[in-house]
Amino acid sequence: MPDPRTPLRWRALAVQALLILALAALAYLAASNAAQKLARQGIVAGFGFLGRPAGFDIGQSLIPYAAATATYLDAFLVGLLNTLLVSGLAIGIATGLGFAVGIARRAENPLLRAFAAAYVELFRNLPLLLQLLVWYVAVRVALPPASDPAALGQAAFLSQRGLFLPRPDFWGSAAAVPLAFGIGLAAVWLLVQARGRAVALGKKPGPVLSLSALLCLGLPALAWIGLALAGHPVPVAWPVRGPYDIEGGLAVRPEFAALLIGLSTYSAAFIAEIVRAGLDSVAQGQREAAAALSLSRAQALRLVVLPQAMRVIVPPLTSQYLNITKNSSLAVLIGYPDLVHVFMGTVLNQTNQAVEVVSLTMAVYLTLSLVTALVMNRYNARVAGSRA
Amino acid sequence: MNPDTMNPDKRFVRESMIPPAPPPRRISGPLARIRATLFPDLANGLVTLAILAALVWLVPAAFRFLVVEAVWTGASGEACRPEVVGHPVGACWAFIGDKINYLAYGSYPTAERWRPNLFFGLLAFGVAWMLWLGAPKRTWGAVYLFLVVPVLAYVLLAGAPALGLVSVATALWGGLLVTVVVSGVGIVAALPLGILLALGRRSDWPVVRILCIGFIEFWRGVPLITVLFMANVMLPLFLPGDLTVDRLVRPLVGIALFASAYMAEVVRGGLQAIPAGQRQAALALGLTPFQATRAVVLPQALKIVVPGIVNTLIGLFKDTTLVAIVGLADFVRVLEAARADPRWSAPAVPVTAYVFAALFYFAVCFGMARYAGFIERRLAAGAVR
Repeated sequence: MPDPRTPLRWRALAVQALLILALAALAYLAASNAAQKLARQGIVAGFGFLGRPAGFDIGQSLIPYAAATATYLDAFLVGLLNTLLVSGLAIGIATGLGFAVGIARRAENPLLRAFAAAYVELFRNLPLLLQLLVWYVAVRVALPPASDPAALGQAAFLSQRGLFLPRPDFWGSAAAVPLAFGIGLAAVWLLVQARGRAVALGKKPGPVLSLSALLCLGLPALAWIGLALAGHPVPVAWPVRGPYDIEGGLAVRPEFAALLIGLSTYSAAFIAEIVRAGLDSVAQGQREAAAALSLSRAQALRLVVLPQAMRVIVPPLTSQYLNITKNSSLAVLIGYPDLVHVFMGTVLNQTNQAVEVVSLTMAVYLTLSLVTALVMNRYNARVAGSRA
Repeated sequence: MNPDTMNPDKRFVRESMIPPAPPPRRISGPLARIRATLFPDLANGLVTLAILAALVWLVPAAFRFLVVEAVWTGASGEACRPEVVGHPVGACWAFIGDKINYLAYGSYPTAERWRPNLFFGLLAFGVAWMLWLGAPKRTWGAVYLFLVVPVLAYVLLAGAPALGLVSVATALWGGLLVTVVVSGVGIVAALPLGILLALGRRSDWPVVRILCIGFIEFWRGVPLITVLFMANVMLPLFLPGDLTVDRLVRPLVGIALFASAYMAEVVRGGLQAIPAGQRQAALALGLTPFQATRAVVLPQALKIVVPGIVNTLIGLFKDTTLVAIVGLADFVRVLEAARADPRWSAPAVPVTAYVFAALFYFAVCFGMARYAGFIERRLAAGAVR
């Protein structure tokens, strides 16, 4: 028998080379077909269209955006920021709610356990799209009509058009307020580090939670008051009742509220299952040992069980966070101007630059996934290392 | 050693009797059990009371809405208006009854509706064959479900004038039919493709491995809506000449590719769970690598990923609702169209429509989840034995 490896290796190389050739041919064919059709429709390929004026309005924007002057690139950024805003908030709410429900599924109170189980089964087994439709209708029905908004003095209004709040403008000297918040956050980070060291040394840590709250809220408040005393008060845009609608100020639209509620409650059901699996992965002896040390059930959960469960919880939790980001694209259904709605919807319809628009949108989501995966791998490596 | 016990000043010696403690509270019997589990402390007691209050309020309200005050018969929205019937109105089931054919078939021609019915029957038979673990000849069941049913379904639903079946344009398909077709095609295409991708991801050939990883991670990294948009606007661009793709087929291609990436990851989990010794033993017996995979590794891997496959199917079934966004008349979209019918304008109609859709999706998804759980427990029991 001849050396069996040599011919096999040649065969493997040949098959792989053929595969690459076939795929390249397919890609070339598709690309040339697309180029032909685009040329026939008179569409110029490339991303040059991003600099052209957009000429359409967007209902909610985190950055200054005016239909008259904005380009397609501005529209893209507005959509991207809206996607990040609603996903970020939904991630926060869903995590809190999901942990609460997941822990409740392992509570001693059987009624609470059943309630949590019912929540999970109900929200997990209905399509998110249906839930968003229901929330959208529910939010609009629950709110007062646009002609007769509920008002809190002249400061805040609530109607079917949304919730209108005064909006402080943190430009110029007023930037000191967010700066103070940043300093507060940095101080909290130092505090948490110090607490870790104190615990490791067996000392009693200080009141970190209340101190953190004080730093994060107190410093910006101080900056705000200081600016006012120094004669440079923070400018505030107040909502004003116009003839048809309320104008100015910060508008929280019902579409945003419905999307946020729907996305958070739906994802919380999945996070609850992840948390429950994590809690189940911690050996029963750990709870018993904590109880033997006379820790209360809440203390045992917070200090003994949850830290160990986090190893199992975090990897699926991250992919759940990615799902929330991806699911926020259902915004298009109820008209919240997220990336897909603004860019793949309006911009695509106006410009017909299908290839560019689709690939740019997909690239955004892929980048988010890739970055998350990288961070996740580093975290996993650290956790796996600490276990050894 | 604690230094305090060595210090005579800090030593403690009891000099008087402790007064006797009262007898412990009852710890057995139903009342004691209720107190221990439902009212162990103030916070738990409050939670219990809150949930009980919610139940006392919700359950009768739901029963009143769904049954007592519901309207069961009627020909138009008039029957479901409280000012017409003279009492508060709950669910307007008459609306569902009136629209049930539209919800099931969309605008499929009335005379041809036996064809979707036959399709549902054939499909149900195949699904039951696969799901019932004790059924005879389950391999043939798989062949039937994955090869015979798709071909029959195409001929039946789209029509074949040569066989005397009138052609029915896909634009007329709608409702439950489209939902079932989209999720059915998704799963029938995704399972074989997913298995190939999972095997390719573990291949020794770097080109195959990298291509498979790239393919899987790409589809898993983007939202389904963007995939559907892409299939809708880009698929026609890539095809030569004036070749067009049917409006229904475009999202189907997108869904199949999307679902196959998720399926690949499920199958990969199963492949990884099979010990390497299985493959080595098969090779030692003289099986070729292909035979070892087909006859030894894959059957074992597929068996343990059945719960994962069912869970993917649940996700796919829920995700089919998104095809409404690219213009297909799936169940939810047809329901939305039906509730906008001016003949049925009554305040109870939208609520009824959503309750009906929720009951439908919940029944299907919860049922499938229960089946996956049952298989999982069976496999766990088998592993212990």
